[in-house]
Amino acid sequence: MPFALLKYALSREHPDDPHFRWKPDLKKTYDVIIIGAGGHGLAAAYHLAKDHGITNIAVLEKGWLAGGNTARNTTIVRANYLTPEGVAFYKESVELFRTLSNELDINVMYSERGHFTLAHTDAAMRTARWRAEVNKHMGVNSEVIDAAEVKRICPTMNVTDEARYPVLGALYHPPGAIARHDAVAWGYAKEAMKRGVEVHTQTEVKKILIENGRAIGVETNRGVIHAAKVMQAVAGSSSHVARMAGLKLPIKTIPLQACVSEPVKPILDQIVVSGSLHVYISQSARGEMVMGGATDAYGLYSSRSTLDFKESLMGHMLELFPFMGELRILRQWAGMADMTPDFSPVMGLTPVENYYIDAGWGTWGFKATPVCGKRMAECVATGRQPDLLKPFALSRFNTFDLVGEKGAASVGH
Amino acid sequence: MSTSSPARIDKPGFGLLIDRTKPLSFTFDGRLFNGYQGDTIASALYGAGQVLLSRSFKYHRPRGALTMNGLDANTLVQVADEPNVRADLHAVTPGLAVVSINRLGSLERDAFSIMDYFGRFLPVGFYYKTFFRPAGVWKYFERPIRIMAGLGTLDPRAEHKYYDKAYLFTDVLVVGGGQAGLEAAIAAAEGGAETLLIEENSELGGSLLYGRVGDSRDAADTLRRDLITRARGIKNLTILTSTVVSGLFTDGWAAAISGNRLLKIRTRQTIVAAGSFDQPIVFRNNDRPGILFATAAQRLMRLYGVRPGNRAVIATSNTFGYETALDLLDAGSEVAAIVDLGTTTGPAVEAARARGIRIVTNATPVDAKGYLRVESVGIASITAQGKTSSVTDWITCDCVLISVGCSPALNLASHAGAKVVFDPAIQMHRAVNAPEGVSLAGSAAGLWSPDRVSTHAKETGAIAARLAAGSPAGSQPDATDPGAASITHPYPIFKSAKGKEFIDFDEDLSVKDIINSVKDGYDDIQLVKRYSTAGLGPSQGRHANLNTIRVVSAVTGKPPEVIGTTTFRPPLVPEKFAHMAGRAFEPTRLTSMHRRHEELGAQFMTAGLWLRPAYYGAKDNAARAIEDEVRAVRNNAGLIDVSTLGGLDIRGPDAAAFIDRMYTWAYEKQPVGRARYTLMTDIAGVVIDDGVACRLAPNHYYVTATTSAVDQVYRAMTWFNVQWKTDVDVANVTAAYSAVNLAGPKARDIVQSLSSDIDFSKDAFPYMGVRTGTLAGIPVRVLRVGFVGEAGYEIHCPASFGEALWDILMTAGKPHGLKPFGVEAQRILRLEKGHIIVGQDTDGLTNPIEAGMEWALAKKKPFYVGKRSIDMQAAKGITRKLVGFTVTDSAAPTPKDCHLIIRNGAIVGRITSVVKSPTLGKVVGLAYLPLDMTETGHRFEIRVDGGTMVSAEVVPTPFYDPDNARQEI
Repeated sequence: MPFALLKYALSREHPDDPHFRWKPDLKKTYDVIIIGAGGHGLAAAYHLAKDHGITNIAVLEKGWLAGGNTARNTTIVRANYLTPEGVAFYKESVELFRTLSNELDINVMYSERGHFTLAHTDAAMRTARWRAEVNKHMGVNSEVIDAAEVKRICPTMNVTDEARYPVLGALYHPPGAIARHDAVAWGYAKEAMKRGVEVHTQTEVKKILIENGRAIGVETNRGVIHAAKVMQAVAGSSSHVARMAGLKLPIKTIPLQACVSEPVKPILDQIVVSGSLHVYISQSARGEMVMGGATDAYGLYSSRSTLDFKESLMGHMLELFPFMGELRILRQWAGMADMTPDFSPVMGLTPVENYYIDAGWGTWGFKATPVCGKRMAECVATGRQPDLLKPFALSRFNTFDLVGEKGAASVGH
Repeated sequence: MSTSSPARIDKPGFGLLIDRTKPLSFTFDGRLFNGYQGDTIASALYGAGQVLLSRSFKYHRPRGALTMNGLDANTLVQVADEPNVRADLHAVTPGLAVVSINRLGSLERDAFSIMDYFGRFLPVGFYYKTFFRPAGVWKYFERPIRIMAGLGTLDPRAEHKYYDKAYLFTDVLVVGGGQAGLEAAIAAAEGGAETLLIEENSELGGSLLYGRVGDSRDAADTLRRDLITRARGIKNLTILTSTVVSGLFTDGWAAAISGNRLLKIRTRQTIVAAGSFDQPIVFRNNDRPGILFATAAQRLMRLYGVRPGNRAVIATSNTFGYETALDLLDAGSEVAAIVDLGTTTGPAVEAARARGIRIVTNATPVDAKGYLRVESVGIASITAQGKTSSVTDWITCDCVLISVGCSPALNLASHAGAKVVFDPAIQMHRAVNAPEGVSLAGSAAGLWSPDRVSTHAKETGAIAARLAAGSPAGSQPDATDPGAASITHPYPIFKSAKGKEFIDFDEDLSVKDIINSVKDGYDDIQLVKRYSTAGLGPSQGRHANLNTIRVVSAVTGKPPEVIGTTTFRPPLVPEKFAHMAGRAFEPTRLTSMHRRHEELGAQFMTAGLWLRPAYYGAKDNAARAIEDEVRAVRNNAGLIDVSTLGGLDIRGPDAAAFIDRMYTWAYEKQPVGRARYTLMTDIAGVVIDDGVACRLAPNHYYVTATTSAVDQVYRAMTWFNVQWKTDVDVANVTAAYSAVNLAGPKARDIVQSLSSDIDFSKDAFPYMGVRTGTLAGIPVRVLRVGFVGEAGYEIHCPASFGEALWDILMTAGKPHGLKPFGVEAQRILRLEKGHIIVGQDTDGLTNPIEAGMEWALAKKKPFYVGKRSIDMQAAKGITRKLVGFTVTDSAAPTPKDCHLIIRNGAIVGRITSVVKSPTLGKVVGLAYLPLDMTETGHRFEIRVDGGTMVSAEVVPTPFYDPDNARQEI
């Protein structure tokens, strides 16, 4: 039992300072307005304050703190992408995650479990080798392993030939991790607010004010506020918000569903993903199986849940883990995935001066929270696209300089 | 029977569900217990004096049943390999072995119960506040925390049992077979609608099974019997019991669980009459075994003939508590006192008073003694909201029964899209703005008085029947009930200085945890839930949400209606993975020739849903077998089953124009009787499929697509056909046709040896020709195409002739050295020819120019899907190109697909296909290289396994037969 817990036993009153220092009123002007108080927006605010000394910031949130996709994702962190640009970016994210608890003074429960991307076809084995080769080149620990090795590391998995789609092998990524998603966002909010950043929830941006091609502020349900710079970080609503700034994004928004089981004692240590079976699963520290599959088949702005999602997910889940048949699904939900044509995000400058975008996070946004926050902060502070973000600029769609991550992202999460 | 224990009630009117003539025994933690057929595990244990059932999640406190209706987490036990079984729902059977969970040592002496004393060290969210310094230390804490968390245990050797699914269709679905559900279902059915009534319990009646109407048990029983008789007499009313509706989805799509079956129900109208959830009083040690809801006590008595205790204290704020007191007296128990949180009035109160029960008004329990079972309860006077005097009286008792209000079961309505709002008038939530086709009845709709429930449910049922028939709804029923206001106490929460007054039993959260969540800054109800974990446990906050909202309201000063509530998520009750999977029907598609492949010893590989022969022969001789197959094709002839190739039939006046738009090449002027290569790109100009288009008639094309892409291509075609308003019909005829590719220098001899009305001579049937006719009496379409680079005939026939076609060709080919070949040999053969496989030699961004397919782009066409993007990329210039290469050092290890090409330490390219060619005797392959490395003779380095660098050189393709003389012969 850590000594830190002693103070709770020894003090009469709850001894902690509040994590969040909410300010009741909006100011008239800020240096920076960030639309969206999810993990990304809060991380950007934190880094603006900490790294760049910009603290006069308002983070505006339509709903509650980190209640969008940050609250709905399935918390997998990994760097085993396909393109050198992608690997370099996510690798920095993994490195930041490793020390994030101490950086933010909150336990984000970052837990390296090892991550399998299972291959059931020759094509999937080829993609696995491609990713492993690129990863190793970039200094990321990934390797292609055969079915016997999969079985050795994860003995409960069914890798027999009797399976409808036998496991041929996997891309194994030992640093693959899970984390407590809410704590990540709360940590950034807490540390940002400590440095003077204001976070305003239940504050919806209705209009983005643009003058001579330059963003100057926003109109909200609580009135107009001005700012020198405006950044959007609103996964799931990126196209709507960007349109208010006159930007048309090459994004299609598709629901992505997930579910958790009742808690059981530890039985699965690794994170297991199968693109062919549209299945991924990990067991949380609480003992729940956290599970999901592919995005829905069609675009929709609704976070409704469906029955067929669970049916197809479990049909395949029991192929891999037949012994889970008697385990029960406790809860299901959906988030909104902003899919780009190349399965890579959009970050940085826009044609609108002083308007910055952080979008196109599809199914892979959570794992990029720290690096995206840090680099978007750099971008907003300097007005220049940081090197790490250059491949991900919005302008790439005009010049066909795409960053093709489909092979690593489609169900990879 | 002699097995009766002192807790069993041997009186008429008690034990409705059990059969006392059928005793049985079972074990709990290895100890033998007796019960009756009809008992649940929990009722049998309670009846045998075993009230303690489990240990709590965090503090390992002893727990007993709370609801006796499967709604709490206290009753979770392990039965064989099934974890987290609800003991109060699961029927007990002879010899059943039940094991308690989440303990170290015995249930009575759980060593982890020491956690209870550490509670003060473990403030809300403690795990966020520690275990991470110094960096990296979390991994050492995580494992023990994981082991402490979790409830049941999964056995990795457990097998997937039989589960299945069924589809049901109905006009009106009524969820819940209590008074409201029965009345609504009867009215809907009498209104002419096909009606389906689903009840979770094995018996209809809901609270009429165990409760009272007014103060009369007989009235409830008579009403129940009358309603059931009427319901059973209606032909178009179907009743399912022991079935629970677990989810209600968009457009009248409901999921229900019945035994090992998932029912998928399509309904026009749904009436949710699912009742409501009891709410606890929050006081110190309110979780002791023996403290349960009054309804749970009534269920124990009426359904199972089990006395909840010998001496009860009832804590209540409504007449239901008083009614339960009357039941206890009738059952022969003593009622030590009724502690009334207010001053309830009504006939049951008079009756209780008349029978001499001590009644203490404006008082509440504030503490309980006893560990494994409650022994006494301390009561105090209520002085203000949530405030009391000190304990005025300790009352000895062995059970405390709670009835201070309810929370309507709005889950299903909320799943379907209704909004949930707090109604201060009744101190409960209501569903508003229910979507079309969803209505509520009974206590789920906020109605409690039997007469009001009846009128409202009848009208709701009649309206549903009218709407289901497409008629106007008519006027909406009056949904008010003056009696509802006295059901739910507004603040049954009494914080103790010593804590342990639980708000959430699943998560061991007390009042201070909620208060401290708010103090920590988590003041939104959603944040409270996430930070404290209130409502995240197996009972999904049924007994915790309302009191959490009340505490947050009290701390923040905002009324509950402003605090809002968290969202209900499906499922209503946990669903087994196996229920969702069912028989996990994943079809395997077999071609019509599959049996022959098996007879020939084929090794199969999956290709989408299909199985295809990879090669013929033993696994340990694979390389040799594949090589032999390659040689047969090159030297004599080979036969491969290509039935899995996608087939699309496109007909109509716009057929040629449609194909011109779908594919990159030009088809309008393609002559009838000719095939032409097809290349498909998406709107970004990325190559997504290829095949051939055969023009069979001016308005009729037969187009092939790759096995894996055909469904996607078909979907795209139907989508574009609608977008463009073109006049064509597109049919996916993949499964309707079987096909083989007969290839090799002897191919023509073989087909010419068979009777046919097709002239197979070179001049009459040239390369890329298409003919329709018969071959050995089989109707066929024959395509002269050459994926493998030899003279070849792709012969398509109706699938019913597939096996015959295979047999005829194999027999006819025998004198010519014909061998069957599989996908592996085909891959080698095509690579020797330099043909690409879309998806292997292209990636998610490849445009046709990069893939060396520029020749397949019709430059003059005004439009095809992807043209704009490809033109832009052509203008900008590409940066990489797919080229052929050969490994120059014959002793070097053979590279593998996807090995990288490295220049000056940087990745500059990638191998897409590579093989040691049996025909050419060297390693050849395709690779993407930067433009400045693509000229013939350019040397480059491939990094292979283990980091070794292998030298290679760019060579032109095709590697084999560069002039295409052999395939066009």
